[in-house]
Order: sequence, then structure tokens, then C-alpha cells
Amino acid sequence: MADNKAKSGLLLDIRNLRIEATVFPPGEAPKNIVLVHDVSLTLEKGKVLGLIGESGAGKSTIGLSSMGYGRGGVRITGGEVILNGRDILKGGKEGFRKLRGREVCYVAQSAAAAFNPAHKLMDQVVEATLLHGTATRAEAEKRAVALFKKLSLPNPESIGERFPHQVSGGQLQRVMTAMALCSEPDLIVFDEPTTALDVTTQIDVLAAIKDAIRDTHVAALYITHDLAVVAQVSDEIMVLRHGRLVEWGGTRQIIKEPRQEYTNALVSVHEIEHQEQNPGTTPFLSVKNVTAAYGRSHIKVLKNVSVDIYPGQTLAVVGESGSGKSTLARAITGLLPPEEGTVTFDGRPLANKLADRPKEDLRQLQMIYQMADVAMNPRQAVGTIIGRPLEFYFGIRGRERDRRVADLLDKIEMGKGFIDRYPAELSGGQKQRVCIARSLAAKPKLIICDEVTSALDPLVAHGILKLLLDLQKEESVAYLFITHDLATVKSIADSIAVMYRGEVVRYGAKSTVLTPPFDAYTDLLLSSVPEMEIGWLEKAIKGRRMASAGN
Amino acid sequence: MSSPIVKLVAQRVALGILLLLAVSVLIFAGTQILPGDVAQAILGQSATPESLANLREQLGLNQPAYIRYFQWLGGVLTGDLGTAMSSGQDIATSIKGRLWNTLFLAFWAAIVAVPLAIILGLIAVRYRNGWVDKLISGLALASTSFPEFFIGYVLVYFFAVKWQIFPGISTVYDGMPFGERMQAIALPATALTLVVLAHMMRMTRAAILNVMQSAYVETAELKGLSAFNVIRKHAFPNAIAPIINVVMLNLAYLIVGVVVVEVIFVYPGMGQYLVDHVTKRDVPVVQAVGLIFAAVYISLNIIADIAAIIANPRLRHPK
Repeated sequence: MADNKAKSGLLLDIRNLRIEATVFPPGEAPKNIVLVHDVSLTLEKGKVLGLIGESGAGKSTIGLSSMGYGRGGVRITGGEVILNGRDILKGGKEGFRKLRGREVCYVAQSAAAAFNPAHKLMDQVVEATLLHGTATRAEAEKRAVALFKKLSLPNPESIGERFPHQVSGGQLQRVMTAMALCSEPDLIVFDEPTTALDVTTQIDVLAAIKDAIRDTHVAALYITHDLAVVAQVSDEIMVLRHGRLVEWGGTRQIIKEPRQEYTNALVSVHEIEHQEQNPGTTPFLSVKNVTAAYGRSHIKVLKNVSVDIYPGQTLAVVGESGSGKSTLARAITGLLPPEEGTVTFDGRPLANKLADRPKEDLRQLQMIYQMADVAMNPRQAVGTIIGRPLEFYFGIRGRERDRRVADLLDKIEMGKGFIDRYPAELSGGQKQRVCIARSLAAKPKLIICDEVTSALDPLVAHGILKLLLDLQKEESVAYLFITHDLATVKSIADSIAVMYRGEVVRYGAKSTVLTPPFDAYTDLLLSSVPEMEIGWLEKAIKGRRMASAGN
Repeated sequence: MSSPIVKLVAQRVALGILLLLAVSVLIFAGTQILPGDVAQAILGQSATPESLANLREQLGLNQPAYIRYFQWLGGVLTGDLGTAMSSGQDIATSIKGRLWNTLFLAFWAAIVAVPLAIILGLIAVRYRNGWVDKLISGLALASTSFPEFFIGYVLVYFFAVKWQIFPGISTVYDGMPFGERMQAIALPATALTLVVLAHMMRMTRAAILNVMQSAYVETAELKGLSAFNVIRKHAFPNAIAPIINVVMLNLAYLIVGVVVVEVIFVYPGMGQYLVDHVTKRDVPVVQAVGLIFAAVYISLNIIADIAAIIANPRLRHPK
């Protein structure tokens, strides 16, 4: 009897799921790879299961299998997916179409890309409901407006009349959640729904999603790589790695008493001990009262910004998207000549425009980017990529160049064997290391790091940060470290500049900046960083002093 | 309509007018560079220097070129395209009927070709890389690869000579009943359709396939929409701009590029008229027809630009 009851509460039962894909490596015959190895999971009605793991762990693939969907040629080759008591894999295409958008709905990582730019939001929100005939248009629209209200969207009555480009990213993510809830499904698959958002916006969206799940009693698979985020919303957590199950348990157990080593590595806080250095007496690079705008626009992206960088030290620039962090880098490198203000280097002013700077000035300022794979020529081997600055700035060629390249590869903890590899053959972390080696090859005084760890998995990012700190000690190179991630800042910076809407709102040594009393914005930024603690979200929302700009 | 659209459209129209003026200068200059002038052409080889001088005086040919250009341009703007040398007839009057005939033919070819090309493109995307897609692409490419005179003669051979369904010579005249007129243009319209079909169909296919990679197409699939509805409702509206562009280019071709087809079917349109007068070295007629063709080409391209602007929701509904 008890057994029966438990069964009737069961919504999703995935048994021995096996998912494969065919890959086409360059120059080799196509081969089959297994993405998911015999993973099983169950989910009861109204419960939330968090799927967590690094990229390539198979989280999204498993999530989408509950809708019978395989992205880009991915095939479900084994196992059963039992939803509401029937194996959906036996239903065929017609069966999938009937359950998608009705029994199971999907919330994508980037709502900005997942909404069709050609249609009004309301038409898209009610589309699935109308398609499956579960309500009339008037009913569906009424339901949608009620959901917009529940998700605390501004102007819930009229926001549906807008087009996706007229609504901010954080709002779109909530509209997408409303879209998933509109057809009153039994299960929603959330695929990294807050990952693309600013930390200050993420907290609002997270709270809205959590409330909506609670009030509608919908079950959810919540996919993310961020344990602190998933700890706020899920009842249970499943840790995955390389398409295999690592550990599955209640949220409290996973984050407080992890049983597997890998889970422990994910859970433990990776703070790097970094002793703050005292600023020297003279900065080698000073940005003084710089104001800049794109094109002939009247909107100033940088307003009267002044910062100093000292030899061999790190200045971290933090702020959310649109705060002007990257624009500051562009102004320093000369890519965007400032309208007012100057950049001085070694006591002399640098030319405003990139084209007017001598080669020597170019050599002294190097850059590393967020997307390592698009910052390298895919048709050049690693040796050529790293060797290029040696040829360009120093005229070093032939055997001497190869020797230096080998040295640099050694410095970034990659062996000589990588010289002939192409970027496509490297992992994300290795690509970023090659970019670091390329910038070091020029022997610069300053390397500008623009969100260099944002696209990487936490453990890989940790390795990159450590490498950067080690290299700083050896080469005494200074960093201008642009990031939105405060944890990174804590572990690498000597001084910090907090930017908000083009202005530096707080600037000073790390210890000063991170010590209360805070200004309102810094407080918001610091309090929005998710902590791996159950109940953090509610506490954080309660304690806020200002609303985030993304809303 | 909101201000950015009005501004962009006004820009396009102004550019179009400027371009047309530039083309008129080129056409006029081109005919001036040719050896000999109208007086020589009228009087022929037996002309005496005195009679030549007299005629030049009479026609105003002694005036500097830029004055004659403005006189010509002024005439064009007021609807006076000059007089044909060979026949002495008013060009505007003779062109009117011809232009109407050409537009009539182009219109019916377009009515068939444009929807057919777009529907075939949609079907090709739906069954992409399958045999249906390959068959459609193959046939469309084949029909475009054959020169239009070849297609024209094949059509004449089967439909006019062998089966005698449609006339091989497309004679039309004023006051001809609509049904007969349609029967007369059946073959040239088919030939034109076959020529322009593939270009539009392949562009439709490529533009939609490009959009099929988007995240919002996945969203639509995950709502349970059928494959064809995903393409029609979610992919097509976002691929419309490049499709309109290629459709307009082909419409322009239907009007400007029909010369060969009109000659094959002896159809009394602009192309036929142009060819006749080129052989007679009738410069004023060639100028007038050239200018009209340029105007058609430029205005259709402006329409394509404007349609692409209006199709963009970001411009239609600014923040």
C-alpha cells in the first residue's frame, strides 16, 4: 500500500539512460562517442532536482532527454524515460510533440536568444498553450498576465505587447519562466537560467523562479554548474561528471557532507591565499579623468575615470555588464580614443589612438580575452601563435624562437608536445593558457585580462588564476583584471576599482574596498554573490538596500 | 511609423534619386562618345556639309553638351522622351504600350515564380539533405543553367509545334480579350519563371537554414510545434530580408532582362523595341529605354531595401 502511494507521486523515472553522438574530428573518420553512461534518476511531483557538473558532464543532455530531444544529432540509444507512467521513448515523433510544451516545458540559458525576435512576447508565451488546445486565447493571456505578476515583472498587463529586444535580459528570463509555466506543465527543465545574467540580476530571477515553483507545485530539473545557486532552489542534487553519476542526495547532505571526492572538490571554497601588496610610490600607468563614448553618441560609457596601476601588482575592475569595465581597457590600449583625459605610461602620455603609438608602447600592453578560442587563429599551430610576438617585437626567428616557445610552454605548465597542436585540439583551459603565453612572449609591463576565467569551469578557472599569480611573481608583470566575479577579485587583486554606469564608485586597496562601511552599490554587489548555504537567498533579498539595475 | 524608419527610408529614396541622375548622365555621355551625331545619321552618307550644318543648327546640336543634357533631362521629366529618328514617331507614345506589355508579362511570371520559389524553398528546408531537397535543388539548378533561348525553343517545340496547346508567337494587340492574351503569354511567362526560379528558391533555402541554428528555433521545437510550422512561423519571418532582396533582383530581371525571351516569342514589349532600334542605331530610343530600365532596376532595389528595413522588428519598434 505504502509502496503504491510512493509510486503515484512519481513523475519522472529515467532508467539506465544512454546517449550517444557521432563526432567528426578533423582528418579522422567519424566516430561514436557516449555522452551519458547508464544514468538513472527519479523525480517526484512538485520536487526540484538539481543537476550539477562541469561542461561536458551531460547535464543538459539528460535534462532534454525528458522531452525526447537531442541537440545537434545527439541520440538516445538506451534506457527508458518514464514520464507520468509511460515510456516516452516509445511514443515516436508524434508522441514527443504532444508532450513538449504541455507536460514538459523548457527554460533556456539565454532567453535573449531563445525568444523569436520577430514576434511579440505574448504571442510566444501563449503559443504552446494554444497549440495543445488546453485553453482559449483569452484564458491563456489571462493566465500569462497572472504569471507576469507572480514573477514581479514591471507592467504585467502590457509587457506582452513588447518585442524581445525591448525588454532587459533579466526580465526576459522571467518571461521565459512564465512561458514555461503558462501551459501548466508537470515538469520544467531549467537549463542554466541565471548563468548569463549579472550577479545582481541573478538573485532577483532566482527568487522569482523559486517562488513560482513553490506556488504552482510544478516539478523541475534545475541544471547549472554553480552549486551555490542550485543549493537555493533544489530539494535534491545530482552531481555528474563525464556523463556518469558521481553522487546523488539531499541538498543539505551534498553541500555539507559530500561523500565523493569530486563533490568535495566542487563544494569546497577555492580561495587562493593572496597577500595584498602595498602600492609603491609611483604607478607606471595612470588613467586620469578619462571620459569616452562610442561613435558620436552623447551617452558617455566612461565618465571621468581615474585609476593607477603599480609595477607587478593587480588592479581588479569589477562591475556588472554595461558598467564600462571593458571600455576602460579599450581606452587604455588605444582601441577607443578617449574624448577627454589622458593615459600616462612611465611618466609620459600615451598617444590616444592605437595607430599613433610606437611598436614599443604596443609591446608593453598586452591583452587576454574571455573567449580564448576566438582570440586565436584556428589555422595556426600553438608554436606559431606563441612565436608571433617574438618575431614581431624582437625579430627572433628559427631555432632561438622555438627554444623561447618551449620555455613559454613550460611556464604555462604545458609540455613541448603542444607546439604542433591546433587550437581545436585543446581544452578550454589549455586555450586560455596559450593566450597567456602569447601575451607573456612580448615581455609586457601590463597584461589586461578581460573576464579571462568567466567562460571556464570553476576548477579550471582556479588553475588559471593560480598560474597568473605565479607568473606575476616570476615576471613581475602587472595585471588589469576585469571581472564580474567577486570571488576571483578576492583571490587575485591588490587594489580594486568598483565601476557602476561608467563611473568608479569605490577605489582603493583590496582590504579597504572590502571592509565596511560600504556604499549602496558595492553592498548590493557583495551581497548578491551566492553563498553555498541553504536559506541564503531569502536572507540576501531581505537585507538589500538598493534594487539592481537590470530590472 | 516611428522616426528611425522614416529617416532610413528617406535616406534610401534620396540615394535612389541621386543614383538615377548619375545613370542618366552616364547614358547621355555614352551616346555622345559614339562617332557621328544625329544629323549625320538622319542625312546619311550623301549629306553635304551645308545641309549638315543647317540640320545641326535646327536640332540645337551646336550647343555645348551639358546644355543639351539638361534639355534632354528636362524633356524626360516632363514626359517628353524625344522623337525616334528611324520612324519620326514620338518615343513616349510608342513606349507606353510596349512598357505595359512588358509589365503584363513580368507580372504574371512573377505571380507564378515568387510563391512557387518560396514554397519550394520551405519544402527543401523541411526535408533538408533528403531526396526531396536534392530533387528540388537539382531541377531548379538545371532550369537555371539552360540558357533562356534554349528553354524558349524547347517550349515552342513541344507546346506550340508538337501538341499545339499554346501559340509559338506571342502576338498581342490593343483590346485583345484577357483570356486570349493570357494564352498568348503562357509560353514566354513559363520560360521566364524557369529562369528566375532557382535563384530565389536557393536563397530562400539558404536564408532559412541559416536561421534554423538559432536558439529560438529550438524553443519552438520544444513547444511541440511540427517541423513545418517551426519553419513557417519561427524561421521564415527572420529570414525575410535576404529573401525579399533576391526576389526584387529577380523581378527587376523579369522586366529588364526579358530581351531574349521577347525576341524569341516576337512579343511586342520593351526588349523587342530596344533590339529593333539598336540595329537601326536610333540613339534617342536607346537612351530612353536605357533610362527606363535603370529606373525600374533602381526603384525595385529601393523597395527591397525598404522592405528589409520594415521587416526588422528592432527598427519597427525601437526601445
